[in-house]
Amino acid sequence: MKNHSPRIFLHIISLIPATWLFWQMWLWYNFFPHDLTANPIEFITDFTGNWTIRFLLLTLCISPLAKLTKWRLIKYRRALGLYAFSYGLFHFLNYTVLDYFFDWMLILEDIFKRPAITFGMLAFLLLIPLAITSFKYFIKKMAANWKSLHRIIYIITISAITHNYMMVKADILIPVIHAMILSCLLALRIYFILDKKRMFKKK
Amino acid sequence: MLIKIKGSWELKENQITSLKDYISRRGFIKNAGIMGAASAASLMSSNLALAEESLSTVSNLYDGHDIMDEKTDIKAVRGYNNYYEFGMNKDNPARYAQSLVTDPWRVKVNGACENPGDYNVEDLIDFNALEDRVYRMRCVEAWSMVIPWIGVSLSEVISKLKPTSNAKYVYFETLADPKQMPGLSRGIIKWPYREGLRMDEAMHPLTIMAVGLYGEKLANQNGAPMRLVVPWKYGFKGVKSIVKISFLEKEPNTSWMRLAPQEYGFYANVNPNAPHPRWSQATERRIGDFRRRDTLMFNGYGEQVASLYSGMDLKRNY
Repeated sequence: MKNHSPRIFLHIISLIPATWLFWQMWLWYNFFPHDLTANPIEFITDFTGNWTIRFLLLTLCISPLAKLTKWRLIKYRRALGLYAFSYGLFHFLNYTVLDYFFDWMLILEDIFKRPAITFGMLAFLLLIPLAITSFKYFIKKMAANWKSLHRIIYIITISAITHNYMMVKADILIPVIHAMILSCLLALRIYFILDKKRMFKKK
Repeated sequence: MLIKIKGSWELKENQITSLKDYISRRGFIKNAGIMGAASAASLMSSNLALAEESLSTVSNLYDGHDIMDEKTDIKAVRGYNNYYEFGMNKDNPARYAQSLVTDPWRVKVNGACENPGDYNVEDLIDFNALEDRVYRMRCVEAWSMVIPWIGVSLSEVISKLKPTSNAKYVYFETLADPKQMPGLSRGIIKWPYREGLRMDEAMHPLTIMAVGLYGEKLANQNGAPMRLVVPWKYGFKGVKSIVKISFLEKEPNTSWMRLAPQEYGFYANVNPNAPHPRWSQATERRIGDFRRRDTLMFNGYGEQVASLYSGMDLKRNY
């Protein structure tokens, strides 16, 4: 029999931030005391943006972790990627609906005039095809192309962290930590590639 | 107790109340913190005289904007602050500033003035002449509040110090005490926090040195015991918990200019047409509102202050 508990655990953990946020937004909407500060929309922007980047990094953790531990983790990667997309979608909707309330003039000006926003929008738009093609149907149908398409997660994560780095007013600590984690994950990948080549040479 | 005198020119709702009603309703603020024991009668009379005097200047100072300006919830004014000396998050100052000792408080005055020296707050601020000033406060981060300050015109403080003709700028510093301010351990800004004004900006009647808000002494996170308020400039010009005032001949290098000169200039006038390089300044969210509103040139105080900058390119001198 299949053991479903790790997957259930993963979903519960991943939904805690969103559940907490919805609960706080419900309190805010009903004029109850809440923890979203006096400027809830700004808080939601930071919160959803940070969780998007965390889930992107978690998604990128899976394959090196699987290689190092020999655990069969790849099956959990899709869910983490889709959570990254979901938090990113929340972030995008918060920006376009709650923050700018469909003021497309200002939004377009932001996207085209301000590189910080351009990077963020690029990351979000590139996530869309990955989310769509994450279903089994596409994985089978696209075969080798699927793998090369999904490599753009590297571009997405770099763009997202760059966006975060450029948006903060003064305190760059969090984006710098995220960039360092990403660097480690990329370095591990390079190590694995070099290791593989060496193995071939030995043979 | 704090006696507040209506600054009159600022917001319409306050002009409706008759002077007598006003004095009897708001003459006594139940806060004994600042004044200590004093004769209520003498306060009342001086208060009336001052109020009458300020009422005579109503019409030429009122800026005529028909804006709905509801005062921001005091919980937000006290709970949502940028005061990096106490941490980077908006709720950090309310949490970590409580232990700041603001009494006694010494202010060092130096530079081009006749009366340099070390002063107590009471030496600089005439607590018998406190005024009530309801101002819009526009943060450079595109949010805003409406705050009922209590204070005196900065010009009154400056005239006590008698700047000489060499004084072209006034420079301020915030306290930087690592024992009391946990945020100093992070080198976000080269401490202490530095700000400054051109002399004519500092002497402008709208510029105040605030010691209270909402009828009470300033909370520490709002910059106790005294802080600058310049309503037509972005909030970061309002240097908090001032320990140093210098009169300078040359334009001082302020904290945000040092940190990012391409993003923050010396003037920092609220200007919807001069976007921050990373975000638009055309709109703002008033704390408590859901939708954004248009940001006004000089934060809506153009009628009073635009003449200070005539002939200047405000997009270049941001």
